[in-house]
Amino acid sequence: MPQTLDQLPEGQAATILDVEGDDAVAVRLLEMGLTDGELIRSLGPAPLGDPLEFEVRGYRLSLRIVEARRVLIRP
Amino acid sequence: MPLTVAIIGNPNTGKSTLFNALTGLQVRVGNFPGVTVEKKIGRIKGTAQPIDLVDLPGTYSLSPRSLDEMVSVNVLLGRQTDVGKVDAVVCILDASNLERNFYLACQVLDLGLPTVIVLNMFDVASTRGVRIDIPALSKKLGVQVVATSAHRKEGLDALKAAIASAVPNGPGTRPHPFPETFYSECHQLASKLAGLCRSDAPSFLVERALLDVGGYLETEWLDDDNAAEQWRTALVEARTRLKDAGCRVPAIEAKARYAWAKQTLAEITTIPSARAETLSDRMDRVLTHRFAGLLIFAVLMVVVFQAIFSWAEPLMGWCEAGQSAASGFVASQLPPGTLRSLLTDGVVAGVGGVLVFLPQIGMLFLFIALLEDCGYLARAAFLMDKVMSKFGLNGKSFVPLMTSHACAIPGIMATRVIEDRRARLATILVAPLMSCSARLPVYTLFISLFVSDSPLLGLRGARQGLTLFAMYALGITAAALVAAVLRKTIFHSETPPFVMELPAYKWPSPWIVFSRVWDRMMAFVTRAGTLIFAAAIVVWAGSFFPGDHSQEFEKQRLIEAAEPIKSDLLLQEARTVEALDKLNQRISHAAWENATERDDILKLTASTQTELAKLKAKLKPFEDASDEVNHMRASLVEQSFLGWLGHLIEPIVKPLGWDWKIGVGTLLSFPARELVVTNLGIIYGLGQDVDESDQQLWSTIREAKWPDGRPVYGVPVALSIMVFFSLCAQCAATLMTIRRETNSWRWPLVTFSYMTSLAYLAALVTYQVAIRI
Repeated sequence: MPQTLDQLPEGQAATILDVEGDDAVAVRLLEMGLTDGELIRSLGPAPLGDPLEFEVRGYRLSLRIVEARRVLIRP
Repeated sequence: MPLTVAIIGNPNTGKSTLFNALTGLQVRVGNFPGVTVEKKIGRIKGTAQPIDLVDLPGTYSLSPRSLDEMVSVNVLLGRQTDVGKVDAVVCILDASNLERNFYLACQVLDLGLPTVIVLNMFDVASTRGVRIDIPALSKKLGVQVVATSAHRKEGLDALKAAIASAVPNGPGTRPHPFPETFYSECHQLASKLAGLCRSDAPSFLVERALLDVGGYLETEWLDDDNAAEQWRTALVEARTRLKDAGCRVPAIEAKARYAWAKQTLAEITTIPSARAETLSDRMDRVLTHRFAGLLIFAVLMVVVFQAIFSWAEPLMGWCEAGQSAASGFVASQLPPGTLRSLLTDGVVAGVGGVLVFLPQIGMLFLFIALLEDCGYLARAAFLMDKVMSKFGLNGKSFVPLMTSHACAIPGIMATRVIEDRRARLATILVAPLMSCSARLPVYTLFISLFVSDSPLLGLRGARQGLTLFAMYALGITAAALVAAVLRKTIFHSETPPFVMELPAYKWPSPWIVFSRVWDRMMAFVTRAGTLIFAAAIVVWAGSFFPGDHSQEFEKQRLIEAAEPIKSDLLLQEARTVEALDKLNQRISHAAWENATERDDILKLTASTQTELAKLKAKLKPFEDASDEVNHMRASLVEQSFLGWLGHLIEPIVKPLGWDWKIGVGTLLSFPARELVVTNLGIIYGLGQDVDESDQQLWSTIREAKWPDGRPVYGVPVALSIMVFFSLCAQCAATLMTIRRETNSWRWPLVTFSYMTSLAYLAALVTYQVAIRI
């Protein structure tokens, strides 16, 4: 059962399965290294709840919840 | 013939730092034609053959989605005519984050240009335990690889040498990351494209066209409708075949290039598997903490705001003092006349009107450069994004908009940090709605005149304070509404992505901060400054011509010729007043020994009083003459082009409760809205030396009458003027800065039109409602 990245609990890691769509958001997510098979770890939300912070490929990335929802993961 | 070398890299890799270090401060700054992208070209210092370095905007990839993003690709392919053929490319990578940075490197190597790969922030990577076998990497890529630490100015000489020898070394090995099916599809597409009269397209662009779904090359490339249709069909078919072959576009690019990056780096670098928690991580936990993070952010923003609003004040005072000194010097050298008026009221005022912004610009960019260089600016955007996204803006809009409360000009210049074009334009368009410090004189004048300071809930001045607060709230509310409307209209399309890297914290480098501040101040003076200056001259001419100033000049000449006599009389008057004060004190304290002395004192007092009256009578003609000149000026302004325009628009401003004098005052304040107080002074014949707390101006405004004897001013008119000035675009400097930042007259025109309409409507509603309650 694939989950989306916005559901990943803080501090936990998961494997990326796919990025949905082929629009600007999808392309940007792919360019930033969110490709299938890659590990991603959640570092939690911003103080106001959105956006979220992640660690992927050894660097830190901020995504809005709507954008994280585009990324399918397997915990 | 100098070599042309382009420099490209991800954001936050220290690209600008390296650019500045290589070229020094002698940089030509301009815009690429037709786009908002800034063009920076500098000559590299100390090389045998001259080399021009072209700075390209920081980017994560070379997949153009808009004309702005196409610029970098065009420069690199030698298709940008104003730059010419690029001989080599320098690709800056963050050595501590190599895998992600290799994505762009892979695309750059695909261009087939002589390339230099720079591993910047090498010191940071080393402390993190990253080991890179540079000779092996260089061999594998077939290009020179140089390690640098730009912050410490390490590795710069090696980099210069590498750039100088890049061209003879030739291009590197093409990465060739895609499966063969992809290349054969590209080949087919290229021949198809040649049939559609694009035989010149390099294979790189054909690959891009196939990969970038909805990208620039797919939608904008072919002008001919028929060809464009065939082209799109060919693209869609090719993509479908690729998908069936298991190479779905666009995902295939990221997959292929990242696989190439991993494979290339695997044998050459060792990256510690378990990343130890760094100081940066610990700092981040505090700075993005739910409470502490927001508190620190708020304190920082207060400091930044205070700096621009108050600390820049003395520096601006010096600018103004310099301006009046320069005017005084010109006046002492030239007789009254058109030339003197042009120089003092046009040229000196115009130059002053440019320089006066420099302290605020310098102050804001000092903070922005510090925050950006240490990595905090991205966190500020991370903290504020939720609030700003509600209005179609993003987290990076916050600092520009907040600082626009001091002055919109540095605020608009600070929108450069917003990568998304639509969010940046929306921020630029609403920034001038924030109540800047130039609105304060207008608010102060009318609030102190017409809002009662009687206590409200026991607080003295509470009504006045509330009115001032309402003016600030009005600006913010209007900005939120306009931004929301813009998102639904002009910038209507999918929500722009806000995918942002949060770089590691580091110590800011003083010389980077300095060069950033210098860079912005120079850009403002040379690009926006000239336009602001031109606007000041045009408005001067509009208020000077076509009236006949000969009488005014003659009178002014007489006044100035008699200046020594007048100052002598003033001195005598002052002495006499002082003497009289002393005598009056003795009388009131009865400070005498006997009756004779008392009589002497009384006699002396009487004669001093007579003397004072005589002096006053002698001074009277001088004052009358000044009044006369002021009145002449007032009527000359009335007869000028702008005065004529003011009369013409009286029917338009009348529903706001304004007479033609307020109308002309507003027109005259186009260069800068704070001038309205001075301009009202001129129009009311009080001269140009009045300010918002001038008692004479206050009484004139209170007593101003319509021809039928009704008073012009009252609370409704005062409110309508304040509301108008809160929302209007009466600031040539802001409009010219927008022109410069967007590289188009369209956006300043849009800003001026919508703000003026909004200001008019809001003032109309305010007045019409206020006179009915």
